[in-house]
Amino acid sequence: MRRVAIIGIGCSRFGELWNMSFRDIVMEAGIEALEDANLEGKEIEALYIGNMSGGKYIGQEHIAALIADYAGLAEFHIPATRVEAADASGSLALRQAYMAVASGIHDVVIAAGAEKVTDVGDAMTILSSSADQEWENFVGANLPALYALIARLHMEEYGTKEEDMALVSVKNHRNAVHNPKAQFRREISLEDVMKSQYVAEPLKLLDCAPVSDGAAAVVLASEEIARKITDTPVYIDACCQASDYLAIHSRKSVLTMGAVVKAARDAYRLARVEPKDIQVAEVHDSFTIAEILAYEDLGFAEKGKGGELIREGVTEIGGKIPVNTSGGLKACGHAVGATGVRQAVEIVAQLRGEAGKRQVDAEKGLTLNIGGTGATAVVTIFGR
Amino acid sequence: MIPRFWRKIKYRYDLNGSYCENCGNYFYPPRNLCPICRRKSKIREVQIDGEGKVLSYTVVHEGKNLKKPYIVALIELKNGVKIVSQLVCDPKDVSIGMKVRRAFRKYGEDGEEGIIYYGTKFVPA
Repeated sequence: MRRVAIIGIGCSRFGELWNMSFRDIVMEAGIEALEDANLEGKEIEALYIGNMSGGKYIGQEHIAALIADYAGLAEFHIPATRVEAADASGSLALRQAYMAVASGIHDVVIAAGAEKVTDVGDAMTILSSSADQEWENFVGANLPALYALIARLHMEEYGTKEEDMALVSVKNHRNAVHNPKAQFRREISLEDVMKSQYVAEPLKLLDCAPVSDGAAAVVLASEEIARKITDTPVYIDACCQASDYLAIHSRKSVLTMGAVVKAARDAYRLARVEPKDIQVAEVHDSFTIAEILAYEDLGFAEKGKGGELIREGVTEIGGKIPVNTSGGLKACGHAVGATGVRQAVEIVAQLRGEAGKRQVDAEKGLTLNIGGTGATAVVTIFGR
Repeated sequence: MIPRFWRKIKYRYDLNGSYCENCGNYFYPPRNLCPICRRKSKIREVQIDGEGKVLSYTVVHEGKNLKKPYIVALIELKNGVKIVSQLVCDPKDVSIGMKVRRAFRKYGEDGEEGIIYYGTKFVPA
C-alpha cells in the first residue's frame, strides 16, 4: 500500500442553483479541482463519482461516463465509475479513488460527488428512500421521523434537550457565514430554531439540513507524484467504511450507530491516532441529533454526553475540537451524493491553512459521512 | 406496483414474521436468513405476538401521501421484536413505556380506482 495525497480540491456553490444543470455543477467543481492541482486534465487515469439518484432526481443514469465525457476525457477512454450509498455516496467515491492509488493500479485519480435535486418536486421523499422503503417509509417513517425517534429516545435516556440540538444548528449557521460556497450564509438564534415549526417532533425545521444542488471534486495522487506537483499535499491517513442493518428497528440500539463506531475504530487504528488527536472534523449533521450522536460514536464524548459537548462550546471554532467549520450539512447545504467529497474539501482547506475567516489550527482532520440513518458510514482521517 | 404490495399482504395484515429454530430468535419483518446463525439458519414463518410497549415516538407533521399529523412509534413486542409502525391515538396521550396492541388499519390508497393499502397499526392496550 502506498501513501495517497490529495493534491487538488474543488467545490461548486451549494444551494438552489436554478440556472445550472447537473453537468454545469459538476464541471464547476471539477475544473476548480484540476486548476487547484495545476493539472491539464490528461493526467487523470480514472474517475469515481458519488451520486445517490441521478435516475430519480434528473432521469439520467450512466452518470460516470457522462461526466468523463463533459470533462473532456472521452478521448482518453478512462475508466469512469459511479458508486452509491445514499448520502454517503461521495465518501464511497473518495474511498474507491484512495484504494485505486494506494494499490498502485493508478497514479492520479479524480473523485467527485454531485447531485441536482431542484429539478424535481419532492427531494426529501427521494432522500428518504435511503431508509427501508417496505418497512419504514411504507408506514410514514420518513427520514425526519426516523431521526426524530432517535432524538426522543436520546432525550429520554440521557437528558438531552431540544435546546442542545438547536445549538448545533446555531453553531453551523454561524460557521457558514464565512464560507463563500455555503447555502445559508446567515446567523440564526437559538430562539429562531426553537420557534421553527415541527417537522417530526422533537425535530423542527431548523434542525433539518436542506436538500441542495451541489458538487465537489478532489484529485488524488501517489506520494511520489504529489511531492513533484505540490508543496502542500494533504495525506489520507485512513479511509474506512462500514455497514449496519438498513432499518433502525433491526438494530440492538438506535442510540449508537454501529457502522460509525466500526469505521471510526478502524480509521483510528490505521492512522495511529486517537479521538483526542483530531483537531478539526466535518460530520454528517443531516439532522442536529445526528451531530450529537457523531460526537459520541466518534469518541469525542462519552455515550450520552454529546449534548454537553455542544453546550460547553467544545466544537465551536476556537473550541478544542471544531466541528463543521464549513457550516455542515445544515448550513453549507446537503447535496446528497456530493456531501462526502465536500467534507473532504473543507478538511483539506483547513489543513492547508486556506480556510479564510473560519481557519482553525490543525494538523489532523476527520470526516464522517453517513448514508440514510446509518446503514453506511465512512470515516476518513487526513494529515498534513 | 400491485404485486409489490400484494405479495407482502400476510406480513402486513397479520404481522407474520420469522422464527429461527436454531437460535430461538424472532424477526419482523420476515427474513430469508437469520442474521445470527446465517448458514445454520432454520427459518420458519410465525405470527408475531401483537402486544408491546412504546420505546420512542414522534408526531410527524410533514411527509407525503399520508394524512397529517400522524404518530410513528418504535415499539418493542413481547418476544423481543422491534417494529416501527403508526400509533392511532391522540398525540397528547402518547408516552414512552405505554402499552399498545396491534390493529388492522388503512394506510392509504392510490386514488379512487387504485388499490387501498391496509396494514398493521397500533392502538393503546
